Order: sequence, then C-alpha cells, then structure tokens
Amino acid sequence: MTVRDVKDTLKARVLTGEDLLDQEVRSACGSDMMSDVLAFSKDHSVLLTGLCNPQVIRTAEMLDIVCLIFVRGKKPDDSIIEMAADRGIVVLATGHRMFSACGMLYGAGLRGGAV
Amino acid sequence: MDDAICLTYDISPDDFTRAGEASSDVKKKLKQMGVGPEAVRKVAIAMYEGEINMVIHAKGGEIRVEITPERIVMVLDDVGPGIPNVEKAMQAGYSTAPDEVRSLGFGAGMGLPNMKQYTDSMEIDTRIGVGTKITMVVNI
Repeated sequence: MTVRDVKDTLKARVLTGEDLLDQEVRSACGSDMMSDVLAFSKDHSVLLTGLCNPQVIRTAEMLDIVCLIFVRGKKPDDSIIEMAADRGIVVLATGHRMFSACGMLYGAGLRGGAV
Repeated sequence: MDDAICLTYDISPDDFTRAGEASSDVKKKLKQMGVGPEAVRKVAIAMYEGEINMVIHAKGGEIRVEITPERIVMVLDDVGPGIPNVEKAMQAGYSTAPDEVRSLGFGAGMGLPNMKQYTDSMEIDTRIGVGTKITMVVNI
C-alpha cells in the first residue's frame, strides 16, 4: 500500500508531505514510547503515535520512517511539522484513537512485521 | 589508521529538544560517505538511544565517532551518576527514568538493550558518581 492509501483509510489530514504520498508502506508500528519504536520498527514503516514532541521526528528520522500519523486529534506545533518537512517525512493527523486507527490499517492489509 | 574520520560532539544536558542532533548529523555524514543503509541505520539507532540517555540520566558529555572503511566506533562519555547495576540496566523493560521522562516518550527500559541489539559490540565502563563511558562498534 502507499501513504495515500493510509491517508484515505484513516480519512486523515496531510500536515506536510502532500507530494510524497505515492511512497510505498510495508509495515506499521503504533506506540507512544519511542524506545519501543526503535526496538521493533521495520523498514518503510509508518508510525502511529499520540506523542507530540521533537523526539518523535528524530525517532522517525533514525528509522527512515516514511510517514507519521498523529492519532486522537493531536496537533503537533509548527516547529515539529517543519522538522518533518525538512526530513521528507509525511505527517498525517486523524481524530481516530490509537486502537481504532491501527485496526483500520490492519483491516486494510497493513501488518506490523513478525514477532 | 590513516583514513579514519573522527567526529566529536558536545552533548548538553537538560536540553531535550536538541537531543538527537549529534546522531542526526552522524547519520547524514555516513549516508554522504556512501556507507550501506543497514550500517547507517544501526549506528543511528544505537547512538540516538545513547545520546538520549546522556541527556536524561547524565549531565551531558561528549560523543566521539571514528569512521574507518571497516567499522564505525562510537564512544559516549558522560559526566553522570554512573549505572549502579549494569546487569539490571541491560534487561529489557528495566528503567530508572522518572515519570517526567516517560511523558516525553522515553524510559521504556529499552535504551541499553536497543544499543546492544543494534551494534556488533558494546562495552560499558561505569563509575558511581563519576560517569559512564560506553563504546559501541558497528562493522561495515
């Protein structure tokens, strides 16, 4: 699936990276704990999180995460969106809660990678 | 070694917003040098976890990175409280981070285990009340 499919599935808003929506997405990870993301995340991932601070962008940067999804209607401030834009990371926002957002993406065929 | 490249970074304490800048810079430089993506990813994750630790647990410090065609050596040298029980600290899920750090998305007790997981070797030299020096190697 592509980032655009992720966006459509969640009916999410694009906060930055409108021109990067055709990138491939192979797996997803949902967490508010960045160390857990660093431990388990895979290549070409999207990250769903409710945490809104610069370290979310840094974590995504270290892992080459293609797309960040802020759940529960969280709105990152402009400096965070700017950081993501500088690094070519798509940022989406959805009002869905973490569990629902993950379930919708799973239902659409996205997986979290092997245990 | 003649063709070694050395990078040094000062890590300032209590500046959570800037934590990760050094790792970000190393990642960029390694990519520019044409180091393979798997090695770049391992270095980036291990160093970033270490850098975060230096900001949240220690009073900052210095990171030195040596890059040769064979390997990348990271030395994280902090001025901090030291690690009282290294064996415990290496267990996945064990954390001494305060709640304030957890609310920032860290303190899941995965820092040191992640550093070990993503490197080919890791050595911890820690002294209570003095500081901790962690040496990590990623082979290219």
